[in-house]
Amino acid sequence: MIDWTPLLLTFKLAAVTTMALGVLGIPLAYWLAYTKNRMKPVVEALVSMPLVLPPTVLGFYLLVAFSPSNSFGQWLERWFNLRLIFSFEGLVFASILYSLPFMVQPIQSGFSGISSSLQEAAYVLGKSKLTTLFKVLLPNIKPSLLTGAVLSFAHTIGEFGVVLMIGGNIPGQTKVASIAIYDEVEALNYTSANTYSIILFVITFTILLAVYLLNGGYLKRSWK
Amino acid sequence: MIEISVHKKLWSSTGEVSLDLDLTIKEGSFLTIYGKSGAGKTSFLRILTGLLKPEEGHIRVYGKTWLDSQRGINLSPQKRGVGFVFQDYALFPNMTVEENLFFALKKGQDRKTIQELIEVMELGELRHLPPQSLSGGQKQRTALARALVQRPQLLLLDEPLSALDAGMRTKLQQLILQIHREYHLTTLLVSHDAPEILKLSSEVILLEEGKVTKRGAPIEFFTHKRVSGKFQFTGEVLKIERQDFIFIVTLLIGQDVVRVVADESEVRELAPGDKVLVASKAFNPILGKLKIETVSR
Repeated sequence: MIDWTPLLLTFKLAAVTTMALGVLGIPLAYWLAYTKNRMKPVVEALVSMPLVLPPTVLGFYLLVAFSPSNSFGQWLERWFNLRLIFSFEGLVFASILYSLPFMVQPIQSGFSGISSSLQEAAYVLGKSKLTTLFKVLLPNIKPSLLTGAVLSFAHTIGEFGVVLMIGGNIPGQTKVASIAIYDEVEALNYTSANTYSIILFVITFTILLAVYLLNGGYLKRSWK
Repeated sequence: MIEISVHKKLWSSTGEVSLDLDLTIKEGSFLTIYGKSGAGKTSFLRILTGLLKPEEGHIRVYGKTWLDSQRGINLSPQKRGVGFVFQDYALFPNMTVEENLFFALKKGQDRKTIQELIEVMELGELRHLPPQSLSGGQKQRTALARALVQRPQLLLLDEPLSALDAGMRTKLQQLILQIHREYHLTTLLVSHDAPEILKLSSEVILLEEGKVTKRGAPIEFFTHKRVSGKFQFTGEVLKIERQDFIFIVTLLIGQDVVRVVADESEVRELAPGDKVLVASKAFNPILGKLKIETVSR
């Protein structure tokens, strides 16, 4: 029988990351979709960096930045009692950065796809920007929100390099399924490695299939 | 009284246009803005709603300053309380017809308003439908009802009927007119359609390249000279036939085909497809060609 902790940890990490990204990603995507600020391309490029950058680069810089041996790491520890390397909190932080484009990009294109007259109509009716966001814009980009959430979730499950760099391999703390597979292979436990792999394979396939079915309108009745 | 004096640079398909408006509109009037695409008609309405900010100028509505670039005043669209019907209706797809109206309700406003509007606009059977399942005319009625929920003092209509068929157009024109009279609502309409303008508006302005080049009562606006007919209609010439000394002109007025007697001098400048004004002066109808060649759709 395999140890279930790495799998549970993986899904806990993915769930926490997705929720945090929802809170962060929606305002960021809103800003990117509607701003006329000159800095927009810079921010867009930064958000998309994790798509092309090797995860080890991100992990390496985070490791350097959060190390308790430098001043920023010490400051975090002294003021917030927070150590971001080799801890679950650190993994969450890194995953948020790493999966940011997967949340922001679908939502941003969702916002851009809404006819501007809907927003204007709400403003003319005296509704604030916040009311318009929650009552008009977000309900009309449900497929984009779903895509963003599910891709972030799935992408976090697939994380390896960043976790290895900043999280290490602490059972119950930072040893997620992808690391566990690597571990088992190194120990020549191919059967356990295979079990973890199959579980991840089936779950991620199911999640992605569900998204494409829903957004493709095949299951329109259940998603309205 | 609404006083508008604004300047704004616009970029249209024909290049840069400088929008310079300087006009006053009387309370309770029905003003139509007429002009080619790109002349600045929609921008004019958007400036009034506050959705578009002019470079400079001022707008005063019933004694209240909405815009004064010198004093740095620019009321947000939320605070202007204008009723605005968008060209694409802008109904919220995530709400039913009724929810669209309820969304427009101000805090603490009486919910009876909605019921009243649903009845006036004949939306009763559609109230629980999503906007996507409505026809053009039904969408238009919903959009109009929604714009009226807050009882605005100013109603702006951006080519509201251009996408509708003739029958629905006539019906909605009637409705707009009825609302305008009942609520004594100052109404601004953007329209391309001469018969519609003649039917609805009390005044017309012609907007050319961002400037008001002509202003007047609709009849004088579209005819060469003042006509003192007892009643008048506008229509389209379908056919002109000669019968001995007189001519029979077949016209389409609204949805009716009408035959009118005309003499040679009247028929000379007419051809099928022309828009004409039919007025009855005593017993003989007069036909006069409408001057609408300035506008092409």
